[in-house]
Amino acid sequence: MVKAYELAGGDPGSLASLNTASMVVEGNNVLSLNAIDGVILEKEKTKTGIRAKIVIKEGKKIEEPIHLCFGVLPKKGLQEIIMRIVAKKNSKASILAHCTFPNAVAVKHIMDAEVSIEENAHLSYDEVHFHGPYGGIEVVPKSRITVDQGGRLKTSFALTTERVGKLDIDYDVAAQKDSLVEISTKVYGRKDDRIKIRERVALNGERARSVIRTRIAVRDEAVSEITSITEGNAAYARGHVDCTEIVQGNGSAKAIPIATVNNEKAKITHEAAIGCVNKKQLETLIAHGLNEDKAIDVIIKGMLK
Amino acid sequence: MLSIQNLSLIRNGNEILHNISLEVNEGGIHVILGPNGAGKSTLAYVLMGIGGFTPSSGRILFNGEDITNKSIFERAKRGITLGWQEPARFEGLSIEEYLSLGMREKDEREIKKALTMVNLNPERYLKRKVDEALSGGERKRVEFAAIITMKPKLAILDEPDSGIDFVSLDDLLGVMKSLKHQNITLLIITHREEVARIGDRASLMCDGFIVKDSEPWEVTKYFRKVCATCPTEKYSIEGIERKE
Repeated sequence: MVKAYELAGGDPGSLASLNTASMVVEGNNVLSLNAIDGVILEKEKTKTGIRAKIVIKEGKKIEEPIHLCFGVLPKKGLQEIIMRIVAKKNSKASILAHCTFPNAVAVKHIMDAEVSIEENAHLSYDEVHFHGPYGGIEVVPKSRITVDQGGRLKTSFALTTERVGKLDIDYDVAAQKDSLVEISTKVYGRKDDRIKIRERVALNGERARSVIRTRIAVRDEAVSEITSITEGNAAYARGHVDCTEIVQGNGSAKAIPIATVNNEKAKITHEAAIGCVNKKQLETLIAHGLNEDKAIDVIIKGMLK
Repeated sequence: MLSIQNLSLIRNGNEILHNISLEVNEGGIHVILGPNGAGKSTLAYVLMGIGGFTPSSGRILFNGEDITNKSIFERAKRGITLGWQEPARFEGLSIEEYLSLGMREKDEREIKKALTMVNLNPERYLKRKVDEALSGGERKRVEFAAIITMKPKLAILDEPDSGIDFVSLDDLLGVMKSLKHQNITLLIITHREEVARIGDRASLMCDGFIVKDSEPWEVTKYFRKVCATCPTEKYSIEGIERKE
C-alpha cells in the first residue's frame, strides 16, 4: 500500500510520523490510524468499505496536513468511503488525501462525504488520484459541504497521470455570510476515459465569495462534461467560474457554466475556453525550438500543474 | 545572413507586403522602423513562418538556404527565433522552466544571469509563473531573458520596447546591444526612433513597402520628416508607385 501511496504522489514518511494525523485504508481494512492532539479520527468497518469521521477541535490550528490514503490494490474490488468531516469553530487544518488504484481493472471507489466548516474555521482539502494504466476504474466522489459564517474552504482534485477510467464528481457547497470557497479540479483524460464533473456553490450569505476553477485536457477518445454552477443568493455575494478544456485527437469536451443571481446586489461571472491548444502559446514554444508534440505537452502539463 | 527577396503577402485578398527585398547582415542589429499598421509585425511573422503568413511570392534565404516554405520548428532549429510584441502567457509554467525550454541543457547559472541582465531579480522571479500575474513589462523582460538563454543566431524582436517604462528603456537597449556581442544577430521591429538608433542598419517601412534602407540616422531623419507629417495614406512616397 505504501508503494501505491507513493505512486499517487504521497510521502510515506508522513504516514509513519506520530506527529501527523493519518489514516490508511485498503479496501475495507484500516491499515493504520494515527490521531493527534486537536484531531479526532474515528473509523468503522463496513462490508464494502469504511465509515470515518474526522473532527478538528474548536480553536485548534493543526500545523501539519492530515494525511489520508485510500485505495484498492487488487484488480477488482469495491471501496465505499462514507466520510464525515467537521472543522469546528475557529479551527484551521489541511487534509491531504491520496487515492490510489494502481492495478484497477474492475474497481469502483465511492466517496460519500459530508463536510461542515463551522464559523471562522479554515479547511483545505487536497485530493490526488492515481488510477493506473488500465482504465478499469470508476470513481464517484460526492460531497455535501457547508461553510458557515467567516469560514474558508479550499479544495483541489487532481488526476493527471495515467488513466482516469470513469470519473463522476458531484460537489455541492452552501456558503454562508463572509465565507470563502475555492474549488480547483484538474483532470487529464486519455483513451476512452469518461469525465463528468458537477460542482455547485450556493452563495447564501452576504459577502460570500467563491471561485470554481476547472482545468481539463482530453485526448484520444476521452470525453468530458463539466457543469459549474454558482448561485448568488445574497447581497454582495461574488462568484466566478473559470473553466478551460483542451481537446486533442478525437477527444470531446463540454462545458456548462450556470450562473444564477437571486439578489440584485450579487454578481457572478464566468469564463470558459474549450478547444485546441492556444495557437500563440504553441507557436511561441516552437519558436523556442520545441517540436509540436513537446510544446503541446508543456502547455497541458503547465495547465494541469 | 538573412536575405529577403521580392517578398509579397496577400491575405484575405489584400496585399499586405509589397515586393520586399532586404539584407540582414550577420552579427549586426538591423532595425525596421515604421508607423503603426505599416506591416512590420506581419513581416516578422512571415520571417518566422507563423501559420497564415505564408508569402504569396518571393523568397527568404537564411545563410544561403531557402527557408521560405520551412515550418517554424525548422526555422527555430536553424537558429531563428521571434520575440513577440505581446508574448504568450503560460499557466503553471515557471520562469525557470520557461527559460530552460530553449536551452540545449538546463543551466541554472545561465538562467539567473539572463534574468539579472534584464533587471529581474532571480530570487524573486525564478519560481514565478509566466502567467497573467506578470505585468506586460515583466513578461517582456522574461522574453528577453529567454532569448539570452536560447542563444539563437537570429532574433526577430517585434516592438521590444512596448510595455517597457521610459526609465527602463535605456537598460533594455543596452541588453539588445549586448546580445550583438554574444553573436546574436538582431532584427528589431519598432516605431520608436530611439530604438532605431541602436541599429547598424535601418529600413523604413510604410504601408507594406520598404521605402528606405540606409544608416539609422538617415532613416530616422527621413521618418521624422516624412512619416510624422504624413497626412493620409495616399501620401506619395518617393520611389514607390502606390496602388490605389
